[in-house]
Amino acid sequence: MDLRPIFEPKTMAVFGVSASNYHHPANEVFNKNQHRYPVTVYGINPGRETIGGQKIYHNIADIPERIDLAIIAVRADLVPDVLSECIKTNARSAVIISGGFKEVGRQDLQNRIVAIAREASFPFIGPNCLGIYVPDHVDTFFLPSERTIKPLKGNISFVSQSGGILVDQMIKFTADGVGLAKAISIGNKALIGEIDLLDYFSTDPSTDVIAFYIEGFGENEGRQFVLKAEKCGKPVIVIKSGKSPGGSRAVVSHTASLAGDYANFSAALAQHGIIEAENERELISFCESLSEYPTKHIEGRVGIITVSGGHGAMTVDACASHGITVPGLSESKQEEIRKNLNSSARAIAALSNPIDLTGSGVDEDFVTTARTLLAMDDIDSIIVLLLPYIPGITSDLGAKLSLIAREYNKPLIAYVPNVEKYEMLIEGFELNGVPVSPSIEGAVLMIEALRRNKP
Amino acid sequence: MTNFNPQIIQIMEASRKYGWVLESDAKQIFSLSGFAVPRFTVAKTLDEALQFANKIGYPVVAKIVSPLILHKSDIGGVIVGIADDKGIAEAFQHLTSMNGFVGVLIDEMISGIELIVGAKIDFQFGPMVLVGIGGTSVEIYRDVILKMALLSRQDGLTMIRSLKGYKLLDGYRGAEPVDIEKLADILVNFSTLVMALKDEIESIDINPLLCSAGQCVVADARIILKGGVKRT
Repeated sequence: MDLRPIFEPKTMAVFGVSASNYHHPANEVFNKNQHRYPVTVYGINPGRETIGGQKIYHNIADIPERIDLAIIAVRADLVPDVLSECIKTNARSAVIISGGFKEVGRQDLQNRIVAIAREASFPFIGPNCLGIYVPDHVDTFFLPSERTIKPLKGNISFVSQSGGILVDQMIKFTADGVGLAKAISIGNKALIGEIDLLDYFSTDPSTDVIAFYIEGFGENEGRQFVLKAEKCGKPVIVIKSGKSPGGSRAVVSHTASLAGDYANFSAALAQHGIIEAENERELISFCESLSEYPTKHIEGRVGIITVSGGHGAMTVDACASHGITVPGLSESKQEEIRKNLNSSARAIAALSNPIDLTGSGVDEDFVTTARTLLAMDDIDSIIVLLLPYIPGITSDLGAKLSLIAREYNKPLIAYVPNVEKYEMLIEGFELNGVPVSPSIEGAVLMIEALRRNKP
Repeated sequence: MTNFNPQIIQIMEASRKYGWVLESDAKQIFSLSGFAVPRFTVAKTLDEALQFANKIGYPVVAKIVSPLILHKSDIGGVIVGIADDKGIAEAFQHLTSMNGFVGVLIDEMISGIELIVGAKIDFQFGPMVLVGIGGTSVEIYRDVILKMALLSRQDGLTMIRSLKGYKLLDGYRGAEPVDIEKLADILVNFSTLVMALKDEIESIDINPLLCSAGQCVVADARIILKGGVKRT
C-alpha cells in the first residue's frame, strides 16, 4: 500500500462538515487546511450547498478532482459506506477520525472497514485517531490551531497510539527546540500500524529519527517490529506505557513469571538496537540528541568542560549511573591545556576531567580546551556546561564551539540554563547542530542516546 | 515438530493430557537434544529404587513423579542427599502417599552453581530465552537476562556476562570458574530447541541447571504445553 498520499496530499476531501456545529472535528480539519496549508480542500455534506460561504459538495463523486486524502469524521456506522465511496471514486487514502469501533467493543465494525480497505489496497489511518500532522503541509488534528502550538519543522517522525500523548509531546518537543518531520496518531491501528509506518519512514528522506509511543503490539508483531527496526538504518526510539503487570494471572513456571510482558518488551528492544526511553525526559533528550547526530555511535568516553566544580561533579555522577566513562587526563595533557589558558584561569583551573576552568574562564579557554580534548583518541564526545552569568563567557561561544566540534567530527552536547536571555547562546549551538539541554541529567542522556545508537 | 526425534514427539504427545511434561520426561527430551542430565530412573517400587541407587551409588535425590504436582519442592516432594538404603526407604514411603503418585524419580546427586535457563512464548515477541541465577529463590532476587530466540553465541555470552551474579560463575573467592563458553553453547542449543517447539509450548524451566567447571547438568526441568496445565 502506498502511504505517500496520506503524508503528501495535494487534494483533500472532508466528510461530514457541519452547518450547525462549528466545533465539529470535520469543520476544524476543513477550516485549518483550507486556510493554512498548501492543499486543495473540499467539504462534503449531503444536505448543503455552502457552509460559512464555502462551496460544499454532496458527495465525493461530485468533486472535480481525484482526492489524495479523505478525512472521515462521520458516525462509526456510516464509515463503511463512506469508505466504499472513497474507493469507488479512486481516492488514494483516508484518515478515519471517528471513534466507536474496537475501543467500544465493535470489533465487527472495525473488521468490516479493514476488509473493505484491504480488498482495494486502500490505506487508511485509524479509526479513533487524530491522524497526521506534517509541518507546512497538512494537519488532520481536529484541534483548533490557536489552542495548541505550532510545532517546529525537523527530522523526527513520531508515531503514537495515543493522540493525547502525541499532542502533548509535540508541545514539549517545541518548547525544547526539537522539530518534527511527521506526527501520526494511529488510534486503533486497524489497518496501518507501527510496522507499516516504520517501513515508510525508513525510506522517507525527510525523516532521520523514528520515535514511537507504544501501548502494545498484536501477536508476534513485536518480533517483526524489532527485526525491521534493527535493519531500518535510522535510530528508532520507543516509549512504552502499560508496563505494570495487569491482573493476577496464575503463573505456573518461574520463567513465565520472570519473563513478564514488559520485561520481554524491553529486552527484545534492547537486543535489536532500539532505544527505549523510560520516561518523557529520556524521550525528549534521546530525540533531541539523535535528531542532530542520527548516524553517530559512541562508546561513551566523555570530556567535560565547565566553569563550576559542582556542575562537573554532578555530570560525572550522572555519567557513572549510565555506565558512561569520564577518562582522566595525563599530567602532560593537563599541561598542554593549562599553557593555553588565560593567566588568571591558568593558576587555579582543575584540569583532570572534568575540567573546571573556574569563574576566571573566558570563551577562548573553552575553545582551546575543547580542541585539545576533541583531538584525543580517549575521548569520543564532549559535554560543555556553560553558566552564562560568568563574566568571561559571551553569547558567541555556542556557535564557536559547535563549529570546532564539527571539525573533529565528534558529538558535542551543551548544557545551558533555560533562561530567555541566554537564547542567543543556545541558538548559537542549536542552529549549528549541537543539542542543548537545560539540565545536567538531560545532557548526559543525550550522550547515552548516542551510546545506544546502532553502530 | 516433524524434524524431531520420534522419541521426543512421542513424549510430547503423551504429555498432552496433563498439559505439561513431567520432569523425568522433560529430562529425556533434553537428553535427546544433547543436554547433560543426571543419571536417573523412575522407580515404581521400592525395590527398583534401591536397585538403581545402589547401581549409581549414593548420595541420590528422590522426587515425586505426579501429573498433579507441578511445584514439587513446595510440598516436600524433593528429598536431597539420601545417603543409604534406609534413606531411600523413608523417602519412598513419604512420596508414595502424595497426590497422583506415579513413581519416584531417583537422580544422581550433582553439585554446582544453580542457574535457571528458561523460555516463554511471548504474545508480542514470540520465543524468549532467559538465563539467571537460579534455585528456589530466583523469583526473589530476579537476577535474570532475557533475549529473543534465536540466540547467537555472542548473545549467549552477553547474557551470561550481564548477570549481576556473573562473578559467582567467574571463579568467586577461589572457586573454579564455570565454563562460560560451554554455557553459552547450551543457551544457543536451548534457543534452537525452543524455536522448534514454539508452537507446542507455553514455557520451559530448567531450574536448576547445575554448573561447575567441567559441566552444566539439567537437574530439574518442566515444560508447560500450549493451553496450560490441565487441572483434573
